[in-house]
Amino acid sequence: MAHTSHDGENYLNHEKGLWSWLSTIDHKRIGVMYLFTVLVFFFIGGVAAMLVRAELFRPGLTLMTADTYNKMFTYHGTIMVFMVVIPLIPSAFGNFVLPMMLGAKDVAFPKLNLASYYVWLAGALVATASLVVNQLDTGWTFYTPYSIRTSTSASWVLLGAFIMGFGGIFTSLNFIATIHKLRAPGLTWGRLPLFVWASYATAIVQLLATPVLALTLFLVVLERSTGIGIFDPKLGGDPVLFQHFFWFYSHPAVYIMALPAMGIISEVIPVHARKQVFGYWAIALATFGIALVAFVVWGHHMFVSGQSELANFLFSLITMFVAVPTGVKVFSWVATLYKGDLHFRMPLLYAFAFIFVFTIGGLTGVFLAALGSNVHLTDTYFVVAHFHYVMVGGTIMGMLAGLHHWFPKMSGRMYSEGWARVSWFLVFMGFNITFFPQFIVGSQGMPRRYYDYVPEFTTLNQISSVGAWIIGVGFVLMALYLLHALFRGAKAPPNPWGAATLEWAQDSPPPFHNFDKDPVVTHGPYDYRTSH
Amino acid sequence: MAHAPAMDGNRQYAHHFLSADHEFETSKQGIWLFLLQEVLFFSPLFVAYYVFRGLHPADWHAAAQLLDWRMGALNTVILICSSLTMALAVHGAQTSNKKKLVVNLILTLGLACGFLVVKYFEYTHKFHMGIYPAGAFTYEGLGQYPAAKLYFSIYYAMTGLHGIHVLGGMAVMLWVLKRAMRGEFNAHYYTPVEMTGLYWHFVDLVWIYLFPILYLLG
Amino acid sequence: MLVDILRSTLPMAGSDVARDWDAFYAFLTWTSTIFFVGVVAAMVIFTIKYRHRAGHKADTEVHGNVPLEIVWTVIPTILVMVVFVWGYALYRDMVTAPGDSVEIKAIGKQWLWQFQYDDGRSYTNKVFVPVNRPVKFIITSEDVLHSFFVPNMRVKKDAVPGRYTTVWFEATAEGAHIVYCAEYCGTQHSGMLATVYAVSPEIWRRFIQGREIDENKLASGAADEVTMSAAATESKGGAERPISLIDQGRGLVASKGCVACHSVDGKQGIGPSLKGIHGAGVDFANGDHLEARDLNYLREAIEFPNARLVKGYGPMMPTFRGMVSETELTAMLEYIKSLK
Repeated sequence: MAHTSHDGENYLNHEKGLWSWLSTIDHKRIGVMYLFTVLVFFFIGGVAAMLVRAELFRPGLTLMTADTYNKMFTYHGTIMVFMVVIPLIPSAFGNFVLPMMLGAKDVAFPKLNLASYYVWLAGALVATASLVVNQLDTGWTFYTPYSIRTSTSASWVLLGAFIMGFGGIFTSLNFIATIHKLRAPGLTWGRLPLFVWASYATAIVQLLATPVLALTLFLVVLERSTGIGIFDPKLGGDPVLFQHFFWFYSHPAVYIMALPAMGIISEVIPVHARKQVFGYWAIALATFGIALVAFVVWGHHMFVSGQSELANFLFSLITMFVAVPTGVKVFSWVATLYKGDLHFRMPLLYAFAFIFVFTIGGLTGVFLAALGSNVHLTDTYFVVAHFHYVMVGGTIMGMLAGLHHWFPKMSGRMYSEGWARVSWFLVFMGFNITFFPQFIVGSQGMPRRYYDYVPEFTTLNQISSVGAWIIGVGFVLMALYLLHALFRGAKAPPNPWGAATLEWAQDSPPPFHNFDKDPVVTHGPYDYRTSH
Repeated sequence: MAHAPAMDGNRQYAHHFLSADHEFETSKQGIWLFLLQEVLFFSPLFVAYYVFRGLHPADWHAAAQLLDWRMGALNTVILICSSLTMALAVHGAQTSNKKKLVVNLILTLGLACGFLVVKYFEYTHKFHMGIYPAGAFTYEGLGQYPAAKLYFSIYYAMTGLHGIHVLGGMAVMLWVLKRAMRGEFNAHYYTPVEMTGLYWHFVDLVWIYLFPILYLLG
Repeated sequence: MLVDILRSTLPMAGSDVARDWDAFYAFLTWTSTIFFVGVVAAMVIFTIKYRHRAGHKADTEVHGNVPLEIVWTVIPTILVMVVFVWGYALYRDMVTAPGDSVEIKAIGKQWLWQFQYDDGRSYTNKVFVPVNRPVKFIITSEDVLHSFFVPNMRVKKDAVPGRYTTVWFEATAEGAHIVYCAEYCGTQHSGMLATVYAVSPEIWRRFIQGREIDENKLASGAADEVTMSAAATESKGGAERPISLIDQGRGLVASKGCVACHSVDGKQGIGPSLKGIHGAGVDFANGDHLEARDLNYLREAIEFPNARLVKGYGPMMPTFRGMVSETELTAMLEYIKSLK
């Protein structure tokens, strides 16, 4: 066994056959399984997005009826949030990279890790089963009482999201215990890679927020089946209470999506700028600052819901403080470039894209956090544009940076830089062409979730639709060159980027046991003086 | 074999840990994290309870009168006893006393059954009166208190969720019991017993909160 | 000037508050732009200056700069506090309706807006308001959540079933202002449109005298053409003058049996008299005190009569939940409000 890496044995070829994958408790394989499954859902959610944009190309009926359109945007949102953006980085990259970064052989509870995957998958399949039952038209937010009254099969999706929640809870529990207990000798807290810090904060947020959503969604299932009445005004319940419970989870969920992406950016920039990260502790602490504040800002989704003026005052005030640690991170990343030696490889290009769009996403968040401006902008396309800048611009760009960074490690192959740059250009330009006009159409007053719109909004909607298709082309191209790389790509060296974190100290792909010799850490994660 | 367990003296542990103690400590942290999320899992119901109680104090009070506090008190005593027997079971495992472990596990299971039987009588009694969750509520006696039906919605949700946790605990205990009878636990290895014990104390603790707010506070 | 550049990204400003809103929006946009340009410029400059090339090496000694980090923490903190205070002040103006506002009830239902005036007239998907006078909408919903959104006035508020919310504005521009439903409510969500017609004082005067307005002729502006003659109003369904909300409410309060226990003239009864209770403070049996009984309290007292018992009274009253419709409730509350 000690010779695994020498005779070319690695985690991919160490056992063969479908069953060896489905029954694996190896964190790397589980990570790859998550990545594969999530990308399948990303494709489905992406197709829904393309159809939504096609329908909105013209006012009135373009392709589909209003009911079909409502289901389309609901599936786009639900799939992208619960089956793509939330599990994407923590479960896929977290699983693959985190234990190796810690110098551990696996996560703390490998069997639970596999169980998490199946729980999450089961939930995703239950939710997807609604497609063949009676679909869903509530929007991903499931606001009561509409979600109680709708004749579509909301219970399936609610139950699915409930089950998926536990997948996330178990994964985060696993990561926290892993980070606490399985660090290699010498890997002090101050030497943890920033991706580990981000995963740690994310796991805490996910562990504490998800159960609240799970129970809340289950209560809505009970509303629909037995009329429990807690959220149903007809029975004396309070629909606004649902919003409080929902956002108590779903606001932190935004950080479950964003923090790991920030972690990847903090990883990628130093490696490809060949330089110590600027303000290590500032970034680590800002991560926790954001995670902490995340729990007490949920009410800013409800400024026009009729909640009390005092609540509005406090939630707006606290929300403002999210901007500060977020700003600190952006400034620190940019400052890391200063006096660096910048290699414009794909991960760094995606990191640039991330900073560009995420800064817009963050700044427009301030528009929505301020009470006065929120009143007009909330529930319009301005919000749609804002959260796409944060979630797609943030999480997806971060994920793409990570994908291009760790692809050689995961697959043992290199991809084509040339095609990757074309694809990067299409995704980045397409993204801005799609979503920037939505800020304008939103501030002009177009509400979100609109099937039809007044003719004045046509031009901006058409630009937006064209942009969406450009993104689509970019992703198809990416799928092609990555698939090509998987089968025909050049063999990847162990450490193609010259990174200093532990996952790169192994062969690509890594051996089944991660480390032939238990690693001892003697330097910081971004110390490039001692390595290469 | 790929994941062959390592040995530490005569104690087994999974290959990615340093020692059996390391594995035990990690597992214990895992269960504490699990219990932490359980607290959050119950929390929306507690919040809903207090929100509606604040909105409709009189309805809440009137509805609570329909619960029999003696039944609740009986169940409280049953669960506290079961916590004690559970603690004794864990002690049995820690001292390699197989008989003490097995007997106390069986006692705990018996008490858990007793709890559910009492709960069953309470539920059926309510159902006969037409006291269901709000949507199916047909009881006529609280006409002045339209929010009373919400009280029972929350009552059923809270006690039902707690009951599911009791059932889950019993399932785990049966599995632990089976392994205990095979003599798998001793002073060197009793992680599952300890974890089950922590979980069971948590389930009791939830009831310790539910009993006063549902039966006494109104 | 800076506001004007952004004009094309905003709908017309139909009120003074809307103009204040635009100024705040301009401040946010330009401050954000400065930040954004700064970040991107730094990125671009570093990209060019420190690109990898033969002989170039990274300076691995740079790993932080405490004064700089303090500066970029403190300055954003100050800025977001400015944003918060300004945003809150603006918000206060947006939600605090002047006392002399014209009151109109708005009920959202799948998928239309119904507007009710105190004189009993009601309109679907259109509502007439005077210019240069504050108008306050009291909003509720009959089914699911909706949201009353008038972009030209920059105001929005959810319509929540089972409770009242309010929105106000003072239109300064005559003409038609579109109303959207901004909270997703099902199939026809995007078709749930209404129009606010802001009319001149002269037309408004005639309107409240009972004349109907022909909104299609509003553009001409001449009061005589826009408002139908009394006779035309009569023949156009106005033959039966609608019963005012107060009168409807009086009838309902009598027919639902409220008066058996609640006097309307201040006399002591089995329950508290309805006279003068709206807006007045009250002590509850459990020792709590309410500063002013508003519409939401009165609504609760009808639907959940024993939720908060008034001091000195027992839990006698049955609930009227589900026994009065949303429109009946509106009328009854209007009547109770009028008992001064």
